[in-house]
Amino acid sequence: MMDITKNFFEFIGLPVSYTVDQSALADRSRELQKTLHPDRYAHLSDREQRMAVQYMSFLNEGIATLRSPLLRAQYLLSLRGIDTESESSTAVDPMFLMQQMELRERLEEIPELEDPYTELDALQVEVQGMLKALREQFAQNYQDEALSVATESVRKMQFLEKLVVEIERLEDRLDG
Amino acid sequence: MAYSEKVIDHYENPRNVGKMNDKDANVGTGMVGAPACGDVMRLQIKVSDDGIIEDAKFKTYGCGSAIASSSLITEWVKGMSLEEAAELKNTAIAEELALPPVKIHCSVLAEDAIKAAVADYKEKKSK
Repeated sequence: MMDITKNFFEFIGLPVSYTVDQSALADRSRELQKTLHPDRYAHLSDREQRMAVQYMSFLNEGIATLRSPLLRAQYLLSLRGIDTESESSTAVDPMFLMQQMELRERLEEIPELEDPYTELDALQVEVQGMLKALREQFAQNYQDEALSVATESVRKMQFLEKLVVEIERLEDRLDG
Repeated sequence: MAYSEKVIDHYENPRNVGKMNDKDANVGTGMVGAPACGDVMRLQIKVSDDGIIEDAKFKTYGCGSAIASSSLITEWVKGMSLEEAAELKNTAIAEELALPPVKIHCSVLAEDAIKAAVADYKEKKSK
């Protein structure tokens, strides 16, 4: 029944889709974590115990992937042979890059503001809004098999997720 | 991962950071980005009437190697003709900065940026 040559969706028992029912994911995860818990295999042979550990780590990677909107999108593309995580292509829509530059410049100026928190919050809201729109576009395009458009959305998500990391880093710095 | 001394030097004292007016007819702007790591780079050149790059500015949001690559290339292109600048190869940058294989893409970004800036300038002039 357990087969780690399956993809994460099939392994966990959810449809292969960008839209994931997070409560169903949580339920299935709990069940599988119980079934696959290495303690249940303690009485079995070394080989079977090793298998159990392998299943568990596959499951945990699968759960993390299906939970994260970015990892999930990257994974769905990778199932179709598209790798957006290590490609060195730099062909990105110049208007989008211009906007990314401006957002980063705004972030850079925040520490000098009298009220940095208000602007930081505004920036965070704006960036999250852009991410949400990209996720919706991706869901639709992936479903419609418009893979090159879907890939473009994921590349944009990667730039924005990086910015979110930078925003959070500044938040920590201001709080510290 | 250890950065070479040259990378650290450019990272700590980046040359030619700044922005030019991209509406200026003599300014060419190259915007490039690396989706895999989320780095964004803007490289601008100011070109004289006889086709020589008089000045170059950059702004890079990215890792030390990306900043160093763009800083170095702005130094190199000053005084070059557009043709010479467009022929610069990332391998020369990578070699000068002693970039490790995992950071070669940062030098590719800088090469793409100067090519994009030259192309932008030429397109402006052809209008």
